[in-house]
Order: sequence, then structure tokens, then C-alpha cells
Amino acid sequence: MRELYQEVIIDHNRNPRNFYAMENASSHAEGYNPLCGDKLNLYLKIEHDTIVDASFTGEGCAISTASASIMIESLIGKTVSQAQAVFEQVHTMLTCDHCDESCLGKLAIFSGVKAYPARVKCATLAWHTLLAAIKNNQDIVTTE
Amino acid sequence: MHAEKLNIAAIRQDFPALNQQVNGHPLVYFDNAATTQKPQAVIDALMHYYSHDNANVHRGLHELSERATKQYEAARCKVQQFINAPSEHECIFLRGTTEAVNLVAQSYVLPRLKAGDEVLITEMEHHSNIVPWQMICEKAAAVLKVVPINDRGELILSEFEALLNKKTKFFSVGHISNALGTINPIKKMIQMAHAQQVPVFIDGAQAAPHTKIDVQDLDCDFYAFSGHKMYGPTGIGVLYGKAELLEAMQPYQGGGEMITRVSFSGTQYNVIPHKFEAGTPNIAGVIGLSAAIDYLNQFDMSQVAAYEKQLLSYATEAIQSVKDIRLIGTAADKASILSFTMGKVHPHDIGSIVNDLGVAIRSGHHCAMPVMDHFKVAATARGSFAFYNTREEIDIFTAALGKVHEVFD
Repeated sequence: MRELYQEVIIDHNRNPRNFYAMENASSHAEGYNPLCGDKLNLYLKIEHDTIVDASFTGEGCAISTASASIMIESLIGKTVSQAQAVFEQVHTMLTCDHCDESCLGKLAIFSGVKAYPARVKCATLAWHTLLAAIKNNQDIVTTE
Repeated sequence: MHAEKLNIAAIRQDFPALNQQVNGHPLVYFDNAATTQKPQAVIDALMHYYSHDNANVHRGLHELSERATKQYEAARCKVQQFINAPSEHECIFLRGTTEAVNLVAQSYVLPRLKAGDEVLITEMEHHSNIVPWQMICEKAAAVLKVVPINDRGELILSEFEALLNKKTKFFSVGHISNALGTINPIKKMIQMAHAQQVPVFIDGAQAAPHTKIDVQDLDCDFYAFSGHKMYGPTGIGVLYGKAELLEAMQPYQGGGEMITRVSFSGTQYNVIPHKFEAGTPNIAGVIGLSAAIDYLNQFDMSQVAAYEKQLLSYATEAIQSVKDIRLIGTAADKASILSFTMGKVHPHDIGSIVNDLGVAIRSGHHCAMPVMDHFKVAATARGSFAFYNTREEIDIFTAALGKVHEVFD
């Protein structure tokens, strides 16, 4: 169980970082996991193709809350295409059996989620919402 | 076999799936409101049908088809006795309760619905007893009205009475709530609805495994239940309807079996129940359901209900010792369903942590999002008990909930 609920995850769940609704966001997207009812609002401020700020609000389990919080920390300062590349790496880590997590830094703590297939969508909700926000897609994104 | 007093140890032996380790711990299966485990007798009946008697029903003149047809129709009589229906022709085999709601909504209610009419349901319904009514109300420009619940999760009967009026064309209600465990006073509610000439559908999905069903005593117009929640196979269920109502209904699906004569100038429909059983039915499912009824018939349902009630009181008390527990659904009359939240810990996290200790519970909105809205929670964790569960398992469950706090505090 500690594989899944690592200290860092528990910490980010208890005190999510950048947890607020951004007023002057340049893009926003809403994510929803119909399986468990997790809701996520993601706000990005993109200037000259770089994510200069990001924040979120919502309601979810420890895995989805910590995933959003840690994702945002890792995104700030990255270009949009760099962020998309990280999405691909995280997605591979959570869904493939053999992958190199060394490039993921702090995000690698979510590799334990892979052993709990029912929880993978909790961890990916924030990332799918990120892609929608980048595309400025106004439809609610679901994990289904 | 298990007559007189329930021998729980012997009953557990009847269910092979209960005897296994999950994540290195003995399985504690508390997700019975989602689906129950199956006794060996049901598994054997399915195996025997496919190994010896597999053939299509009501068709062939050969030996196997006759055997299959005989078992299929014998099951219908068994269902009739199980719910005390006046005639086996009033028992239709369908995929489950969901299909039964859809059939009645589309085939009985919709053709009788005019703009401005009202269909009445309740706030505690499962989505399957909400969405089909929304669909037909939208089509007919009718209005869906909802009987509210109080904070214990009980229907407010005075509100129900006030909502029944001349525009009310139909009332549909669950016998037992899957999210709250509330046992609704359906006999009284049926009388109240009938006093206003409103026909009533009872969603009995949660009731069939826990209580004796008597459709004549209830005087309901329709009653539906699913095999898999009462120790039978998935994909099979029953709709009971009063003969005069079923006969007045148009078929729901067209196909083989539901006709007596087909030509391009017109088709004559078969009699009930076959009118509503288009296509090759779930023959194995029906035979398995029949075996599940045989299995249940060896017990006195009032003893089953009494034992499950003991489990519920024991669990309700035991769980209070866990920090930050909030029970969702505290009706005076409750079936063995325990819905709860634990402080700020999300029910999905609760579910994962107890699963690591071999305990299977459900986490989520239980397909009853309006109930979640009423109690202002996104989801709950839910333990639901069957008569094969024990106090020792409840102790393991309570201890597992303690671990949740260890991870999160």
C-alpha cells in the first residue's frame, strides 16, 4: 500500500500546491472521472508558448489530487510542446510494463499506481485535462 | 439442508468464490449490493445445461430442444411461486431490472403520456430508475416529479401524498435503496398511488435476496428484479406485470418468438409473456436463476432477513469506533447496506486500502448521484452484507478501516 500512497503523494493530497481558481488564466479546462465523481478545473497562463503559471481546483481522491498538484509544479516554466512530451512519458509510465522512469524526476513516484489498474485513471485525469487546456477545449474531458 | 436455523459455516461452503485469498488475506466480500457470489448449485446448473441440454427453446422437435424448453418454462413457474404471481404468464424474462424499467417506460407509460402529464419517482432512485423516465418525459413533454427524502434517507410520505394528483400518470420506486439501504414502505405507497388511480412499478433489484416478495399482497402493477443480485447469473432478470396491463402493451422489441404469424401485410403478435421475449433468450441464465431460487427456497427468508439485520446492527456499531465515520443513510427500516464517508479521505482511497487487506467494498456514487447531492458528498464507501457474511468479517473490515487512518494521518 505504501507503494501507492508514498509520503510525497500524501503530502500533496493534504496540502495541494497552486490550489486556487486563476482569474486571468489564458486557458482553462474541466476534467471529470465519471467512475468516482472526481472533478478537476485546470487553469493555465501561457505566454509566448511557455506555461508561466498554472493552478487547479476540484474534488478528488488522494491520487488524483496529488497528481494534479505535482503535475502543475512540474509544468511551470515548460513550453507547451515540452509539457506535451511529459504527458506522453507519464502516460507510458502508467500504462506500459517496461519503461524508463529516470527522466520523470518527481513524477516517477506515480509509477506505483500501475500496480492498481483501477486507480490509473485517478492519476491520469489531471494530464488529460492538461491536454484539453492546451487545446483550449471547452468540452468536459472524461477519463472514459 | 440448512433448514431450521441458518448454519452460516455450511452456507459459506456452498459458495466456492468465498474460499480464496486476496492480496494474501482471506477474501471478505462486502460488495453484495453490486452482485452476489454464486452457490455451487447455480454453477452446476449452468454447466449441466451447456454440457447436456444445450438447444434453442420453443423451436426444435428434438430431444435436446424439448429438455431446454421444459427447463426454461419450469423456471417461469418457479419465478411465479417465488414472487407469488397469480400466473406464470405474467413473468417475463429479461436481461435484468434495467431492461424491465425501460420496457415499462417505453411500452406501457410513453404511449399513455400527454404533454403536461407527470411521472413520479423518488430522490433515492438508482440511475436505472431515473433515466428511462427522463427519456420518455422528454419525448412526451411530460414532467418528471421527485418525492424527496429526509436526512435519514427516508422518503417523506406527506410530500409523496402532496405530489400525487390528477396529472400523475405513473409512479416508480425502489423497494430497497442500493445507496442508503432504506426499505421503503411500498405497500402503503402502492395503496396511496392506487387511491389516485396511479399504476406503480417496483424496482426490486435490492429486495429479492433479502426479503420475501409477494406481488399479490403488495398489489403492485409491475415488479422487477435481477438474477445476479440474488445468487443467480448475470444477464437475466424478471419483470412481473399484471396480465391486463401486459396485454394492453405493445411489444418492445420485434423478432422471432414474439409473433404468431408474420407476413408483409401485417404481423400478429404472440401472447404474453412471449410477446416480450423477442429473439433467443438467455436460456442458461434462466436455468441458473431457477437454481438460485431453489437454493434460496431451502431457507426461511425471515431468518435470512433477521440474520442480515443482526450483521447490520453489529457493523453499524463496530464502525462507529473508527474515527471520523459518517453514516449516509440511517433509516429506521434498513437492509444490510452500510454507506459511509471517513472525514476527508476519498472513498476511492478507502476502497483501495481495504482491498489490500482482502476486503471488497464499493466506492463511488453507486449510480445514485442525486442521493450523493442530497448528502453533499461526491461519493461514499459502501459495505453490503449477504447471509454468508459473518461478524468476524466485520471485525476484519473495521480493522481495515483503521489502516486507512494509518496511511492518511
